[in-house]
Amino acid sequence: MSTATAAKPKLKTSAMIASIAGEGQRTVAAPFGHALVKLAAERPEVVGMTADLAKYTDLHIFAQAYPERFYQMGMAEQLLMGAAAGFAHEGAMPFVTTYAVFATRRAYDFMHQTIAEDDLNVKIACALPGLTTGYGPSHQAAEDLALMRAMPGMTIIDPCDALDIEQMVPAVAEHKGPVYMRLLRGQVPLVLDEYDYKFELGKAKLVRDGRDVLVISSGIMTMRALEVAKALEADRVDVAVLHVPTIKPLDTSTILREAGRSGRLVVVAENHTTIGGLGEAIATALLTAGVTPPFRQIALPDAFLDAGALPTLHDRYGISTNVMASTIKNWLG
Amino acid sequence: MDISVAANRARVAEHAYCIRRNALRMGEVQGQGYIAQALDIADVLAVAYFNSMRYRPEDPDWEGRDRFLLSNGHYAIALYAALIEAGIIPQEELETYGSDDSRLPMSGMASYTPGMEMSGGSLGQGLTIAVGRALGLKRKGSDAFVYTLFSDGELDEGAIWEGLMSAAHHKLDNMIAIVDVNNQQADGPSSQVMAFEPLTEKMQAFGWFTQRIDGNDLDAVIAAFDAARNHPLPQPRMIIADTLMGCGVPFLEAREKNHFIRVDAHEWQLALEALEAGRNQA
Repeated sequence: MSTATAAKPKLKTSAMIASIAGEGQRTVAAPFGHALVKLAAERPEVVGMTADLAKYTDLHIFAQAYPERFYQMGMAEQLLMGAAAGFAHEGAMPFVTTYAVFATRRAYDFMHQTIAEDDLNVKIACALPGLTTGYGPSHQAAEDLALMRAMPGMTIIDPCDALDIEQMVPAVAEHKGPVYMRLLRGQVPLVLDEYDYKFELGKAKLVRDGRDVLVISSGIMTMRALEVAKALEADRVDVAVLHVPTIKPLDTSTILREAGRSGRLVVVAENHTTIGGLGEAIATALLTAGVTPPFRQIALPDAFLDAGALPTLHDRYGISTNVMASTIKNWLG
Repeated sequence: MDISVAANRARVAEHAYCIRRNALRMGEVQGQGYIAQALDIADVLAVAYFNSMRYRPEDPDWEGRDRFLLSNGHYAIALYAALIEAGIIPQEELETYGSDDSRLPMSGMASYTPGMEMSGGSLGQGLTIAVGRALGLKRKGSDAFVYTLFSDGELDEGAIWEGLMSAAHHKLDNMIAIVDVNNQQADGPSSQVMAFEPLTEKMQAFGWFTQRIDGNDLDAVIAAFDAARNHPLPQPRMIIADTLMGCGVPFLEAREKNHFIRVDAHEWQLALEALEAGRNQA
């Protein structure tokens, strides 16, 4: 039979370690690991702790540089958080790593009770935030920001790229108190160096200005928004991008100032479920202040997400550059 | 018995009596409290604070102190009683127990109370914090010990076993854990809620130097605390203390066992009198 010899179409992979870097994109290897090594040289109180995920959170770079300051806590996230609290009580500044799902969903009470309630200086860095793996809901932390925002005293960072991560690490060390950081690991895209941008804890930054649309975004969605802005230039749509790397405390004054400039559609773009993330935080801030521009949300659905190749899933859920660009164009009519 | 040993025992016994009395007086203030647990653990706390631990009452945060972590936050009434007896909390604050704006809330919280080293209440967390503290002390080159108390009911929590494994893995010989086995938790006898025996063998298998004692036999408690501190091998130390709820007040000892025993308003004074009578007999 002739069909027996026809080559099967190559299936797309659902590999867990899919990079979020696009083809040909400039990247930096393990920016978190290297930034932490640099920080540790200046701050002897820094220690690294993980729950069997050093290699997958770039903490192995730190472990190689400072083996005596690296603590393997086993695949035990509750222990990881409790022990980090104890370590911080004794004056250390633990940087603890795991995946976002395991920290936020599995060890929530330990972060809440042992770390946050006592305002301890623990920095929680979590890989695979939002939809950054195609492995399925067990590893997709679509609700991590909602959970962490609800925890009093927790500072929350959602970095965009390697530059953000590199500058975030010393900044969170400078900040006294607990921090939850979304982590991009492995080959991490480098984007923000093309703009006049510097990470400042608690500050939203207008990375690009534009007359027609204001995209307010955090994390990798800022990278996507900048790509969308470039793509829509061809359609004579002028897109501004306000990057909000600090989710909590929210830089309300900058957001109100930019969203209050009349004539622009405001689109909040986040790598997170529509519930409880940046979109709702901004909506609350706008309504409370009586600032009511046309408002739309680009976010993951309130659903258990599919397994599959990451580009497929980003298309499916509307957070890829292409789909996001056409969505915004449709909204503009 | 060696005279100095007997004198030490008598001294610690007097502190144990005062801890029980402080706890009963706090119970009387609120008309409630985990008094049966406070009475069962008073001997252990007396030995911890008046035989074993190093601390400075006038400086509760003194860097060289031994740390005491109360995992079972509802035992706060007992620890406050001990901290008052140790001079870390002024005697007169006893009257504020459980009241609004008091430094002595019903469940122990670190930010409220001098000498309270952790915020308990969500059970099963103390041992994990103790592991981090023990690691931190070792990194600082400190020779201080981390004591942590938890209850048999907490053995149901998975995090306890994470802590047990890691303490042995990291060879934390500066950790001394005490399990209060009073065989009572919220829904009934601990052994029926979730069977935990054979506990000694389990702890040994997890790599801990383990002693099991009658937690209301002062000589046994003193000997166990001394042995835990002096044990020569690089491993964490466990004391399993079988205790009697209500210990020291016969009519509470005899009362039907319950996680939260009922004490009627007029009974607090009777309990103090019964405690006093037992002291005079001793």
